[in-house]
Amino acid sequence: MKRSVARSKTHSRLPRRKQAARESRAAAPRSAKNPQAGERADAFVVRAAERADVAAVTALDERITGLAKSAHWLELYDRQKKAGQHAGIFLVAIGGGAPVRLFGFIVGEIRAWEFGSAPCGWVYALSVDPGSRLQGVGEALLETMAGEFRAAGIAKMRTMVSRDNLLPMLFFRGEGMMAGPYIQLEKDLT
Amino acid sequence: MKLQIASRLAIFAVLELTEHSDRPLTVAEIAAKYGVSTHHLAKVMHVLGRAGLVRSARGAGGGYHACGNARRTTLLDIIELFEALGPSAQDGSEPGNGTAEAGALDIVLGEIDAAVRATFGSITVATMRRLVGRGGLPRAAAAAAAAVR
Repeated sequence: MKRSVARSKTHSRLPRRKQAARESRAAAPRSAKNPQAGERADAFVVRAAERADVAAVTALDERITGLAKSAHWLELYDRQKKAGQHAGIFLVAIGGGAPVRLFGFIVGEIRAWEFGSAPCGWVYALSVDPGSRLQGVGEALLETMAGEFRAAGIAKMRTMVSRDNLLPMLFFRGEGMMAGPYIQLEKDLT
Repeated sequence: MKLQIASRLAIFAVLELTEHSDRPLTVAEIAAKYGVSTHHLAKVMHVLGRAGLVRSARGAGGGYHACGNARRTTLLDIIELFEALGPSAQDGSEPGNGTAEAGALDIVLGEIDAAVRATFGSITVATMRRLVGRGGLPRAAAAAAAAVR
Protein backbone atom coordinates (compact mmCIF):
# COMPACT_ATOMS: atom_id res chain seq x y z
CA MET A 1 0.00 0.00 0.00
CA LYS A 2 1.18 3.45 -0.77
CA ARG A 3 0.13 6.41 1.22
CA SER A 4 1.01 9.99 0.68
CA VAL A 5 0.60 12.74 3.17
CA ALA A 6 0.26 16.30 2.01
CA ARG A 7 -0.37 19.34 4.11
CA SER A 8 -1.83 22.61 3.07
CA LYS A 9 0.21 25.78 3.23
CA THR A 10 -2.59 27.35 5.19
CA HIS A 11 -1.53 25.27 8.20
CA SER A 12 1.99 26.48 8.63
CA ARG A 13 3.77 29.56 9.82
CA LEU A 14 7.16 28.32 8.74
CA PRO A 15 9.37 30.47 6.51
CA ARG A 16 8.83 29.67 2.82
CA ARG A 17 12.07 27.68 2.38
CA LYS A 18 11.42 25.52 5.42
CA GLN A 19 7.82 25.14 4.39
CA ALA A 20 8.82 23.94 0.91
CA ALA A 21 11.16 21.36 2.41
CA ARG A 22 8.45 20.15 4.74
CA GLU A 23 5.91 19.83 1.99
CA SER A 24 8.37 17.98 -0.16
CA ARG A 25 8.93 15.48 2.64
CA ALA A 26 5.25 15.29 3.45
CA ALA A 27 4.13 14.64 -0.10
CA ALA A 28 6.47 11.70 -0.61
CA PRO A 29 4.46 8.47 -0.68
CA ARG A 30 4.85 6.38 2.45
CA SER A 31 3.92 2.82 3.21
CA ALA A 32 1.53 1.89 5.98
CA LYS A 33 3.42 0.47 8.93
CA ASN A 34 1.49 -2.71 9.44
CA PRO A 35 -1.75 -3.21 7.60
CA GLN A 36 -2.97 -6.64 8.64
CA ALA A 37 -2.16 -9.36 6.18
CA GLY A 38 -4.77 -9.96 3.55
CA GLU A 39 -6.70 -6.75 4.14
CA ARG A 40 -7.45 -4.40 1.30
CA ALA A 41 -5.46 -1.21 1.65
CA ASP A 42 -6.38 1.67 -0.65
CA ALA A 43 -4.12 4.65 -1.25
CA PHE A 44 -5.08 7.84 0.48
CA VAL A 45 -3.73 11.31 1.11
CA VAL A 46 -3.89 13.36 4.27
CA ARG A 47 -4.38 17.05 3.58
CA ALA A 48 -5.94 20.15 5.07
CA ALA A 49 -9.72 20.09 4.85
CA GLU A 50 -11.45 22.29 2.33
CA ARG A 51 -14.91 23.74 2.75
CA ALA A 52 -16.19 21.29 0.15
CA ASP A 53 -15.06 18.38 2.38
CA VAL A 54 -17.29 19.42 5.26
CA ALA A 55 -20.39 17.73 3.82
CA ALA A 56 -18.55 14.38 3.69
CA VAL A 57 -17.18 14.97 7.19
CA THR A 58 -20.71 15.62 8.44
CA ALA A 59 -22.01 12.48 6.76
CA LEU A 60 -19.23 10.30 8.20
CA ASP A 61 -19.70 11.75 11.67
CA GLU A 62 -23.46 11.18 11.45
CA ARG A 63 -22.91 7.55 10.40
CA ILE A 64 -20.67 6.95 13.39
CA THR A 65 -22.40 8.98 16.11
CA GLY A 66 -25.96 8.85 14.82
CA LEU A 67 -26.19 12.63 15.23
CA ALA A 68 -26.51 15.10 12.36
CA LYS A 69 -24.39 18.16 13.15
CA SER A 70 -23.90 19.86 9.80
CA ALA A 71 -24.08 23.37 11.28
CA HIS A 72 -21.48 22.42 13.90
CA TRP A 73 -18.86 21.17 11.44
CA LEU A 74 -19.38 24.02 9.02
CA GLU A 75 -19.20 26.61 11.78
CA LEU A 76 -16.09 24.93 13.17
CA TYR A 77 -14.39 24.95 9.78
CA ASP A 78 -15.28 28.60 9.15
CA ARG A 79 -14.21 29.67 12.64
CA GLN A 80 -10.84 27.94 12.31
CA LYS A 81 -10.31 29.44 8.88
CA LYS A 82 -11.12 32.91 10.15
CA ALA A 83 -8.94 32.58 13.26
CA GLY A 84 -5.94 31.63 11.17
CA GLN A 85 -3.09 29.17 11.28
CA HIS A 86 -2.78 26.82 14.21
CA ALA A 87 -5.82 28.23 15.94
CA GLY A 88 -7.35 25.12 14.48
CA ILE A 89 -6.17 22.23 12.37
CA PHE A 90 -8.71 20.32 10.32
CA LEU A 91 -7.32 17.45 8.24
CA VAL A 92 -8.96 14.86 6.03
CA ALA A 93 -7.77 11.52 4.62
CA ILE A 94 -8.96 11.33 1.05
CA GLY A 95 -8.90 8.39 -1.32
CA GLY A 96 -7.98 8.80 -4.95
CA GLY A 97 -10.33 8.32 -7.87
CA ALA A 98 -13.72 9.74 -8.59
CA PRO A 99 -15.84 10.46 -6.76
CA VAL A 100 -13.42 11.52 -4.06
CA ARG A 101 -13.86 9.31 -1.02
CA LEU A 102 -13.41 10.44 2.59
CA PHE A 103 -11.50 7.85 4.62
CA GLY A 104 -11.45 9.89 7.80
CA PHE A 105 -10.87 13.25 9.42
CA ILE A 106 -9.23 14.79 12.47
CA VAL A 107 -9.73 18.15 14.14
CA GLY A 108 -7.40 19.73 16.66
CA GLU A 109 -6.30 23.04 18.03
CA ILE A 110 -3.59 24.58 20.13
CA ARG A 111 -4.77 25.73 23.53
CA ALA A 112 -2.61 27.94 25.69
CA TRP A 113 -2.50 28.06 29.48
CA GLU A 114 -5.77 26.23 29.84
CA PHE A 115 -6.12 25.21 33.52
CA GLY A 116 -2.59 26.46 34.04
CA SER A 117 -1.17 24.08 31.44
CA ALA A 118 1.59 25.15 29.06
CA PRO A 119 0.34 25.38 25.46
CA CYS A 120 -0.60 21.96 24.15
CA GLY A 121 -2.25 20.44 21.11
CA TRP A 122 -5.76 19.12 21.63
CA VAL A 123 -7.28 16.48 19.39
CA TYR A 124 -11.00 16.78 19.81
CA ALA A 125 -12.37 14.81 16.89
CA LEU A 126 -11.02 11.82 14.98
CA SER A 127 -13.18 9.53 12.86
CA VAL A 128 -12.32 6.85 10.34
CA ASP A 129 -14.80 5.31 7.94
CA PRO A 130 -15.60 1.84 9.38
CA GLY A 131 -14.84 0.29 5.98
CA SER A 132 -11.35 1.82 5.96
CA ARG A 133 -10.17 0.88 9.42
CA LEU A 134 -7.02 -1.14 10.19
CA GLN A 135 -5.33 0.40 7.13
CA GLY A 136 -3.34 3.06 8.94
CA VAL A 137 -5.76 5.93 8.24
CA GLY A 138 -6.24 6.96 11.88
CA GLU A 139 -2.53 6.61 12.50
CA ALA A 140 -1.68 8.80 9.49
CA LEU A 141 -4.18 11.45 10.58
CA LEU A 142 -2.83 11.49 14.13
CA GLU A 143 0.80 11.51 12.97
CA THR A 144 0.11 14.42 10.65
CA MET A 145 -1.67 16.30 13.40
CA ALA A 146 1.27 15.64 15.75
CA GLY A 147 3.60 16.98 13.06
CA GLU A 148 1.53 20.17 12.81
CA PHE A 149 1.66 20.62 16.58
CA ARG A 150 5.41 19.98 16.62
CA ALA A 151 5.94 22.48 13.84
CA ALA A 152 4.15 25.05 15.98
CA GLY A 153 6.54 24.38 18.86
CA ILE A 154 4.12 22.25 20.84
CA ALA A 155 5.58 19.37 22.86
CA LYS A 156 2.44 17.73 24.22
CA MET A 157 -0.65 16.35 22.53
CA ARG A 158 -3.83 15.61 24.49
CA THR A 159 -7.27 14.24 23.88
CA MET A 160 -10.25 13.05 25.90
CA VAL A 161 -12.03 9.73 25.43
CA SER A 162 -14.97 8.21 27.22
CA ARG A 163 -13.65 5.25 29.19
CA ASP A 164 -16.55 3.16 27.89
CA ASN A 165 -15.64 3.90 24.29
CA LEU A 166 -13.22 1.04 23.83
CA LEU A 167 -12.25 1.38 20.18
CA PRO A 168 -10.87 4.94 20.30
CA MET A 169 -9.38 4.20 23.70
CA LEU A 170 -7.46 1.22 22.27
CA PHE A 171 -6.42 3.30 19.28
CA PHE A 172 -5.01 6.25 21.24
CA ARG A 173 -3.28 3.91 23.71
CA GLY A 174 -1.80 2.01 20.78
CA GLU A 175 -0.42 5.28 19.46
CA GLY A 176 1.46 5.76 22.72
CA MET A 177 -0.92 8.11 24.52
CA MET A 178 -1.04 7.67 28.31
CA ALA A 179 -3.17 9.14 31.07
CA GLY A 180 -2.15 12.74 31.66
CA PRO A 181 -1.76 14.72 34.87
CA TYR A 182 -5.27 16.21 34.74
CA ILE A 183 -8.49 14.57 35.87
CA GLN A 184 -11.77 15.57 34.31
CA LEU A 185 -14.36 16.51 36.95
CA GLU A 186 -18.07 17.02 36.46
CA LYS A 187 -21.21 17.74 38.44
CA ASP A 188 -24.80 16.88 37.78
CA LEU A 189 -26.72 20.18 37.59
CA THR A 190 -30.26 18.83 37.23
CA MET B 1 -2.35 -0.66 43.09
CA LYS B 2 -0.84 -4.11 43.23
CA LEU B 3 -1.59 -7.15 41.13
CA GLN B 4 -1.50 -10.72 42.34
CA ILE B 5 1.64 -12.61 41.39
CA ALA B 6 -0.28 -14.91 39.03
CA SER B 7 -1.63 -11.89 37.10
CA ARG B 8 1.84 -10.39 36.77
CA LEU B 9 3.32 -13.67 35.59
CA ALA B 10 0.52 -14.15 33.09
CA ILE B 11 1.12 -10.68 31.62
CA PHE B 12 4.88 -11.28 31.44
CA ALA B 13 4.37 -14.70 29.83
CA VAL B 14 2.04 -13.37 27.14
CA LEU B 15 4.46 -10.51 26.42
CA GLU B 16 7.37 -12.94 26.11
CA LEU B 17 5.46 -15.27 23.79
CA THR B 18 4.31 -12.34 21.64
CA GLU B 19 7.85 -11.04 21.36
CA HIS B 20 9.22 -14.48 20.38
CA SER B 21 6.41 -15.46 18.04
CA ASP B 22 8.88 -17.22 15.72
CA ARG B 23 9.48 -20.10 18.12
CA PRO B 24 7.87 -21.77 21.11
CA LEU B 25 9.17 -20.81 24.55
CA THR B 26 9.42 -23.24 27.42
CA VAL B 27 8.11 -22.51 30.88
CA ALA B 28 11.68 -22.80 32.13
CA GLU B 29 12.89 -20.06 29.76
CA ILE B 30 10.18 -17.64 30.84
CA ALA B 31 10.54 -18.52 34.52
CA ALA B 32 14.30 -17.94 34.36
CA LYS B 33 13.91 -14.43 32.98
CA TYR B 34 11.50 -13.35 35.72
CA GLY B 35 13.10 -15.32 38.52
CA VAL B 36 10.04 -17.38 39.43
CA SER B 37 9.41 -21.06 39.98
CA THR B 38 8.51 -23.16 36.96
CA HIS B 39 5.87 -24.86 39.08
CA HIS B 40 4.02 -21.57 39.70
CA LEU B 41 4.39 -20.42 36.12
CA ALA B 42 3.16 -23.78 34.76
CA LYS B 43 -0.13 -23.28 36.64
CA VAL B 44 -0.45 -19.80 35.17
CA MET B 45 0.23 -21.13 31.66
CA HIS B 46 -2.46 -23.74 32.12
CA VAL B 47 -5.04 -21.03 32.87
CA LEU B 48 -3.88 -18.98 29.88
CA GLY B 49 -4.17 -22.08 27.71
CA ARG B 50 -7.73 -22.74 28.82
CA ALA B 51 -8.59 -19.13 28.00
CA GLY B 52 -7.20 -19.57 24.49
CA LEU B 53 -4.43 -17.00 24.90
CA VAL B 54 -1.58 -19.51 24.56
CA ARG B 55 -1.24 -23.00 23.18
CA SER B 56 1.32 -25.64 23.94
CA ALA B 57 3.35 -27.69 21.50
CA ARG B 58 4.58 -31.02 22.78
CA GLY B 59 7.75 -32.89 22.01
CA ALA B 60 11.32 -31.87 21.32
CA GLY B 61 11.48 -28.16 20.65
CA GLY B 62 8.07 -27.80 22.21
CA GLY B 63 6.83 -25.07 24.46
CA TYR B 64 4.20 -22.36 24.31
CA HIS B 65 3.00 -20.04 21.56
CA ALA B 66 0.83 -16.96 21.98
CA CYS B 67 -2.39 -17.38 20.03
CA GLY B 68 -4.58 -14.44 20.95
CA ASN B 69 -4.86 -11.26 18.88
CA ALA B 70 -2.21 -8.98 20.40
CA ARG B 71 -4.06 -5.90 19.14
CA ARG B 72 -7.30 -6.91 20.81
CA THR B 73 -6.23 -8.78 23.94
CA THR B 74 -6.09 -6.32 26.83
CA LEU B 75 -4.41 -6.47 30.21
CA LEU B 76 -7.89 -6.67 31.72
CA ASP B 77 -8.60 -9.84 29.71
CA ILE B 78 -5.51 -11.44 31.25
CA ILE B 79 -5.85 -10.12 34.81
CA GLU B 80 -9.48 -11.16 35.16
CA LEU B 81 -8.47 -14.77 34.58
CA PHE B 82 -6.72 -14.65 37.93
CA GLU B 83 -8.39 -12.04 40.12
CA ALA B 84 -11.52 -9.97 40.40
CA LEU B 85 -11.17 -6.22 40.01
CA GLY B 86 -13.61 -3.65 41.29
CA PRO B 87 -16.77 -3.97 43.38
CA SER B 88 -17.08 -7.69 42.60
CA ALA B 89 -13.85 -8.18 44.57
CA GLN B 90 -15.69 -7.19 47.78
CA ASP B 91 -17.82 -9.76 49.53
CA GLY B 92 -20.66 -7.43 50.47
CA SER B 93 -20.20 -7.87 54.21
CA GLU B 94 -17.93 -4.90 54.83
CA PRO B 95 -18.36 -3.15 58.19
CA GLY B 96 -20.82 -0.27 58.04
CA ASN B 97 -22.55 -1.45 54.88
CA GLY B 98 -25.96 0.14 54.53
CA THR B 99 -24.96 3.42 56.21
CA ALA B 100 -24.86 6.74 54.37
CA GLU B 101 -21.13 6.93 55.09
CA ALA B 102 -20.49 3.56 53.48
CA GLY B 103 -22.58 4.67 50.51
CA ALA B 104 -20.42 7.78 50.13
CA LEU B 105 -17.26 5.71 50.41
CA ASP B 106 -18.62 3.33 47.77
CA ILE B 107 -19.02 6.27 45.37
CA VAL B 108 -15.34 7.17 45.79
CA LEU B 109 -14.20 3.56 45.50
CA GLY B 110 -16.40 3.11 42.44
CA GLU B 111 -14.64 6.05 40.78
CA ILE B 112 -11.27 4.44 41.44
CA ASP B 113 -12.47 1.03 40.23
CA ALA B 114 -13.82 2.52 37.02
CA ALA B 115 -10.49 4.21 36.31
CA VAL B 116 -8.57 1.00 37.01
CA ARG B 117 -10.77 -1.06 34.71
CA ALA B 118 -10.62 1.59 31.98
CA THR B 119 -6.83 1.62 32.13
CA PHE B 120 -6.34 -2.14 32.08
CA GLY B 121 -9.12 -2.53 29.53
CA SER B 122 -7.57 -0.10 27.09
CA ILE B 123 -3.99 -1.34 27.03
CA THR B 124 -3.49 -4.23 24.66
CA VAL B 125 -0.64 -6.70 24.49
CA ALA B 126 0.57 -4.90 21.35
CA THR B 127 0.54 -1.56 23.18
CA MET B 128 2.48 -3.11 26.05
CA ARG B 129 5.07 -4.41 23.60
CA ARG B 130 5.49 -0.88 22.28
CA LEU B 131 5.92 0.40 25.83
CA VAL B 132 8.53 -2.28 26.48
CA GLY B 133 10.28 -1.31 23.26
CA ARG B 134 10.39 2.31 24.38
CA GLY B 135 12.01 1.30 27.64
CA GLY B 136 8.86 1.51 29.74
CA LEU B 137 6.66 4.40 30.59
CA PRO B 138 7.25 7.93 29.33
CA ARG B 139 9.19 10.00 31.86
CA ALA B 140 6.17 11.88 33.22
CA ALA B 141 4.10 8.74 33.68
CA ALA B 142 7.01 6.94 35.33
CA ALA B 143 7.48 9.84 37.75
CA ALA B 144 3.77 9.80 38.55
CA ALA B 145 3.87 6.05 39.13
CA ALA B 146 6.89 6.39 41.40
CA ALA B 147 5.17 9.14 43.41
CA VAL B 148 2.27 6.92 44.42
CA ARG B 149 4.36 3.88 45.33
